[in-house]
Formats: sequence, C-alpha cells, structure tokens
Amino acid sequence: MYGPHLNETPAGGWSTAGEADKLVKTHCCFCGVQCGIQLKVKDNQVVGFEPWEEFPVNRGMLCPKGVKRYLQGGHPDRLLTPLIRTESGFRPESWEKSIDLVAERIRRIQEKYGRDSFAVISGASLTNEKAYLMGKFARVALKTKNIDYNGRLCMVAAGAASRKAFGVDRAANPWSDLPLAKCIIIAGSNIGECFPILTDYIWRARDNGAKIIVIDPRATPIGRTADLLLPVKPGRDSALMNGILHVCIEKGWIDRDFIMKSTNGYDAVRATVANYTPARTAEITGVPAALIERAAEYWGTAATAMLVHARGIEHHTKGVENCLTCINLCLATGKIGKPGSGYAMITGQGNGQGGREHGQRCNQLPSGRDIENPEHRRLVAERWGVPESELPGAGLASTEMMEAIHKGEIKGLLSICINPVVSLPDAAYTRAALEKLEFFGVIDFFMSETARHADVVLPGSLQEEDEGTITTAEGRVVLTKQAVTPPGEAREDWRIICDLARKFAPWDKFPYQCPEDIFRELRTVSRGGPIDYYGITYDRIEKEHGVFWPCPEVTHPGTPRLYEGGTFHHPDGKARFHAVEYRPPAEDVDAEYPVILTSGRVVSQYLSGTQTRRIGPLVQQYPEPLVEMHPKMAASVGVRTGEQVTVTSRRGSVTLACQVVKTIRPDTIFIPYHWAGEKSANRLTIRALDPISKIPEFKVCAVRVEKASGGPRP
Amino acid sequence: MIDADQEFFLDPSRCIGCQACFHACAECDTHRGTSMIHLEYADRAESVQTVPVVCMHCDDPACANACPADAIKKTADGIVQSSLQSRCIGCSNCVLACPFGVPKYVAKIDQMMKCDQCYDRTSTGKRPMCVTVCPSGALAFGTREEIEKKRRERPIDAFVFGPQIVHTKVQMMMPLHATALDLDLADLVEGASNGPKTGLEGRLPDLVGR
Repeated sequence: MYGPHLNETPAGGWSTAGEADKLVKTHCCFCGVQCGIQLKVKDNQVVGFEPWEEFPVNRGMLCPKGVKRYLQGGHPDRLLTPLIRTESGFRPESWEKSIDLVAERIRRIQEKYGRDSFAVISGASLTNEKAYLMGKFARVALKTKNIDYNGRLCMVAAGAASRKAFGVDRAANPWSDLPLAKCIIIAGSNIGECFPILTDYIWRARDNGAKIIVIDPRATPIGRTADLLLPVKPGRDSALMNGILHVCIEKGWIDRDFIMKSTNGYDAVRATVANYTPARTAEITGVPAALIERAAEYWGTAATAMLVHARGIEHHTKGVENCLTCINLCLATGKIGKPGSGYAMITGQGNGQGGREHGQRCNQLPSGRDIENPEHRRLVAERWGVPESELPGAGLASTEMMEAIHKGEIKGLLSICINPVVSLPDAAYTRAALEKLEFFGVIDFFMSETARHADVVLPGSLQEEDEGTITTAEGRVVLTKQAVTPPGEAREDWRIICDLARKFAPWDKFPYQCPEDIFRELRTVSRGGPIDYYGITYDRIEKEHGVFWPCPEVTHPGTPRLYEGGTFHHPDGKARFHAVEYRPPAEDVDAEYPVILTSGRVVSQYLSGTQTRRIGPLVQQYPEPLVEMHPKMAASVGVRTGEQVTVTSRRGSVTLACQVVKTIRPDTIFIPYHWAGEKSANRLTIRALDPISKIPEFKVCAVRVEKASGGPRP
Repeated sequence: MIDADQEFFLDPSRCIGCQACFHACAECDTHRGTSMIHLEYADRAESVQTVPVVCMHCDDPACANACPADAIKKTADGIVQSSLQSRCIGCSNCVLACPFGVPKYVAKIDQMMKCDQCYDRTSTGKRPMCVTVCPSGALAFGTREEIEKKRRERPIDAFVFGPQIVHTKVQMMMPLHATALDLDLADLVEGASNGPKTGLEGRLPDLVGR
C-alpha cells in the first residue's frame, strides 16, 4: 500500500493548467546545481511549474527531474500520519503519542547501553537549517557522539582532499568561470546526466574555443563530443593524473613562480610523478600514452583551465588520493584562483555542500569547525550555552554505523533523509543491520525501502513544504520557499526534530519558531569560523539571487571565487601538494570474478529513487536498471541487447536485461544504482572504505557475468 | 505574431538525450499532458547521440499539402499549426507525408497533433517551452545575429531529399562549410554506407589499451 506507485498526473488533474493561485520562486529539490524554478500552486497543492528565467545559474533551464518534480504533489504514496509498527503492519498513531514513544525508546536504550548506543543518521538533501539542527539535536539533546549523514556516500572524499590541500572545503570557482576556461578536464563526472544544466556551461566554453577532456570508462553524453576522451580503467584515476602531471613537468608547462610563492610540498610530488611516464601510466590505466600526452598538452598550454570532478573519482578506497592528484595538477600549473582557472568538485546531492558544513558530520561542529579542536569546541559550546565537557567527541561515519550495529555497539537509530537499504554498498548487510536494532525511527515523506524496517515512521516534509537555505555545489547560498503546507498530519521536519529535542533538552536550547530563527543562530555560530555565513540573510539571498560564502559581514559581497591572488586557507596562506602513489582498488578482477563493475546514475532518476521512482514519466523514461556492456563482452557471454544476464559478486547477484553498446570499455560493465531489492546494484558492490573519508568504493569491484538461466523473465 | 527576427535553432550535436524538452512540452497549457515532440537515439549500440525532433515548420509544408480535409493551417508568421479539431479526419496522410517524422496520430482523440512552436508562448514574446528548459543549448530561440556570434556552427534551412529541397523556418546548426543537409538514403542502409565514422565513441574499442 505504500508503493512505489507511479504518479502520472498533477494534483487536481491536467485541467488545473493556467489557473494557478500563485507562482513560487524556489529551487529544484534534485542535485547540487539547485536550478531556479517557479512552482505553480493551486488549492495548497503544487500542480505544475513555470521556468524561472531570471535566476542566473540555469536561466530557466531544467532537466527532466526538474520538469516533473512537481508530480510529488498530491502523490498517493505520501505519508500523512505517524505510523507505528505492529505484528500486522503499520498502524496510524497521534503525533503526541508517537513523539512520546520515540523519546521513551531513545531514553531506554541510552540508559541501558550508554548515550552513544543511540545513533542519528541524516542526509545532505536537508536544508542548512535542518543540517545544523540535526547536529545540535544529537549533541545537545541526545548527547550522543554518533551523528553522521549520507554525504559519506557522495562527495566526502573531495571535501577531505580540499581541506588537506586548500584548508577549506568548497568548489574553488563559480560555474560562471567555466566558459572562460580554454581547457576543461572533466574527471569522473557524467555531467550530461547528473548535472544536465552544467552542460550549457561546458558547451559555451567549447564555443569560446576551449578543449574539453573527459576522463570516463564510458562515452557519456558529455564525452561524446569532447575533444579528448580518456577511457580510464575504473580505479586507476590517481595514476592517470600523475601521468598527466608527469608530462606537464617534462615539457615545462608548470608555473614555477606560483609554486614558489603559494604552495608547499611540490618537490615530493615531482619526485613521485617522475615514475609515471606515459608508457607506465598507459599500462596501469588502459589509456594510450599518446592520449595522455595530448591531454597534458591541452591542459599545460592553455592560458586558462578548469578541472571539475564528481563521484567517478571520489567513490574509491583512494577517493581522497584521486582528488589530491587533480589538485596537484591545478597547483603545479598555477591553474587556480583566477577567472577561468580553477577547480571544482561537482557536489551531487541537493544540499551536498551545505549539508557538510553545519555540524551533522561525525567529526565536525557547525561552520566546518573541528570537533576535536579544543578552541572550536569551547567556542561552539559557549554559543550553545552548554559546558564544553558535555559536547561529545568524534563519532562513527554513517558507512561505519552498520558495522557497529552488527557488533552491538549501536542499539537504536533515528534516520532522516536517507535510504541506506538502497544507497549503501552490500545491501544484504545493511538490511540485516536494521533488523538487529532494538529501536529504529524514521522521518520521511514516502515509505522508503529503509522506512519499512522502522518501528516508528514520522511523516516529514517535501522540500516545497518547508523553507530554508541550501548551499549549491558552487558555494552559493540560496533560499527554498515553502510553496504549500505539508498534507494531512505531515509536519515540517524541523518541527519534528524540535519536538523531539524538547523531550531531552530545556526549551531554550531549541526555541525556534521558524527556519529563519535557526538560520539566524547558524549565522552567529558561524561568525569568524572557517565557513562564515554571518553576512548572509534571507533578504539578501532573495535580492541577490544567492550569496557565496565566506561572507563575514552583511556589507560583504560574498566570495564566488576562492584563492584569488594565490592565498589559501591554511594558517601560512599556502596550498599543500600531496604526493600520491597509485594503489589498486580494494577488489581487483581475478579468474573467478574477471569483470569490473562500475555504478552510477541515469538522468531521469535521483539517488536511491525514493522520490523519482514514484514519478511516472521519469520511470517510463528508463524503467529498470540495464547492464551496459561492450559487444566484445556480450559476444563472450553470448547475449544480445534485451537478454537477461546474471551478474555475481562475492556479496550477491542480480539478474537484469543487458544493453550492448560500444560506449563502454570492453573490460567493464555499468549498472545504475537507483533501484531496490532484486534490481539493486548495491547487492553487488563492496563494503570497502577510503581510510580518510570513509567513502565506499562504489565505482569498482569484481564480478562475473553470465547469461541468465531459465530464459527471459517477465 | 512571433517577432520576425526570433528564430528556432536546432543543434543535435549538443544534445545530451535528457528528454527535458519532451517532458516540458507536455506542460504547455494548450495541450497539457501530451508531448508533441520526441527524442530519439540515432543508434544506441554505436553511440549516445540523440536527436530532438520538433516541427521544422516548412515553407511549403508537405503535411498540409497532403491533408484532404485542409485541417493544417500555416500562420502568416510561418508557423504550421497542429490540426484543427473541427476538420481533422484522422487519416494520417500528414504522418506519412512529413519528411521529418513529426506529426503523430493520437488515437485517443482521433486527431493528429504536432508541435506548433508553442504559439501561445512565442506569439506573446516568450520562448517555446522545450527551448526554455533545454539544458544543453541543443534547442535555441533568438536572433540569427546572436547565434552566429555565440556559436561556431552556422544555421542551415535547406534539406535535400533526393530531387526535392525542403526549406524550413527552423534552422539546423551545421559545420561552417555546409550549405545544406544532404540525407543520402544509402547512409541509412546497412552495409551501403561509405561515410566515415566521426564520433569518438565509434573508436572507443581501439582507444582502449590492454
């Protein structure tokens, strides 16, 4: 009864066209670009959209997810009351009793097993206000150290690399720098499908004469017309970037003045990459030496250049190292901190940037402050009005929590804005963990595959049912507006969290009457910190179409481009090189599992699909996951397009139809990961984490591919 | 009326196949729920190349010429309208006649429907819905001067089908040296093509090392 069902028509039917009560200028809920969009509202329902052409980032452009997102309005699967699990399924319950029950179960578990035995797991599609609130809720109300978020599955490797190299974690340049670049390297980012709007920026750069280099094991839509496609073998990115830098150094395409004045650690990098000759790099990466040399030439000789990357190089047990090798290339060639020159990780989730800034991470206090740094702890404790000694220390990463549940260290869990049954690697392990919990509470708007394991499900809010700020992938803080109020008895997420918090903490610790109250506190707490929002107000955001942090004063214009003049955020003002030796993925192919599996997204679906698998037109566009494979592999397996193949790893197996295409390396298959249950790519993926960032290795594991027995399945 | 200097430009080389145009078309107020355009893979096994198909609005429209009921009208500003409900007899002559595969017979209403370049929007100074949302610039709407300044390709409005040349209102962006798009059927017949493969992906297997 909870779906996923497909919603095909707008709330009120197609005839609601043209008679909207109001148009609300807000943002799309999908992906870190946060396109501006106007939602059409009639009778307190979102019934359609109009492009918002004045918003400067997308100027009216949208991808299919943005066009059809409004079909979540009036959706039949929408959760409308709190639900309690019983022997015979879920039954509706009042808010008062549900909140009491959740509070009572949390208290019981914490009293019996200690405070840290109850964990909170949250998400990066939450607004900044909610991200801030989740961290404060866990540390001040529950006093547990175990709070973390699903950014662990997203771009956390990139964030860690930026902090190491630059001293701060944010895309270094705004998107408006892309068309000014004369060379763009796109490393592991299927921009056309995952950030479609950015395609326009790339094509504009090409119109201006830029060379476009795409590094990807597949010829994606953005790779199709690139000047150079480097079809890297999955898991070999750090070697490839070392190889490109090797050629740049050999040819003298480096910026010695910049290296001298603005960086530390170059000599170690030079010594390391000396061994990555084109021939050796080709051997490791599967990219021909001539293409590596040409990529270096395009980058090294360009007057301006930008490197952007996404999950393709981040989802690895060496995700941080991969990102650092990209940064090394930018630093060595002085391509950073200038118009048209710089570096950006293209954050994936709606608030992937803001979601990692405000204290819902296991090792972080608000505004990028370090939970282990005594000065940072003192300052936050003081602004929160709690003794520093009561602030918990660093907790477990969300990707480590499932293991802690299996070990019995975590007994209770409250989750919001995350669907780990679909999104974590090794799905069977995750499901088993959730069933081991003594208590599991979920806040969600649909009954996700994860919520089905819950003891209590509290109906929260869709993005358009609440208000709050989002920080886009380029570091621009924007405001999402409340277009409608939550349906039925559903409530805005922040109200639910505050109601729960007040069961554990004095009222004055959570006194908020509206999201803007939370934002005002967030600004004040951030003042003078690494991520300074003090000068940003709701008013300014609306007037200026967003404000880039750092923005320390209300009179400060904001900072679209970081590191101008070669000044970085480490105490000495310099950027740091990091020498990286290539190391193989956690699980390489062998005789038993001879094929590389890589996973990713399709344009019509978003993350674990809780929302997009319920939107009819998006599902019709790409109904089920397909196994992409090269004709050479298809020939050896003995299958043609449309036939079923069984893909097996050491964790599990899936049987899906295959799509035979020349647009993928012959040694690699690709499966998109948005689906649940028997169609879930994450039944196959490996639970191996990057040692620094704890990001899982979604992008490479070993599988075997066979023609499915028993003929075609229905 | 659509401003005379506002033209529609189509550049499939930019297309990323996302289908935002297809979905957005169905949001237009005059035909909400039905998309009048479509998007196709050229040959998915070979490439991710996709082609958005909107009405080209021919100077001498084959669809209107083939209509026995005179149900397809062309406006003074050159827009070939969708079929008139009172006249369309659902015979599908237009579907067969169109060289670009644009008109679609909609059984549910026993009538042909096709793209009218969002006349309700374009005649009031807005851009068509598909163009407004297109994230790649594969669909564009503006003046010829703007597009020629911004892009490296040139707009072409002549399409050669054997002995017949079709001129259209919608412009196709082509390489600078091109003057017309010559659709030699031999290119579409298996084994008969001598044309070189130009897409990178066509060479992907050779590019991949050991």
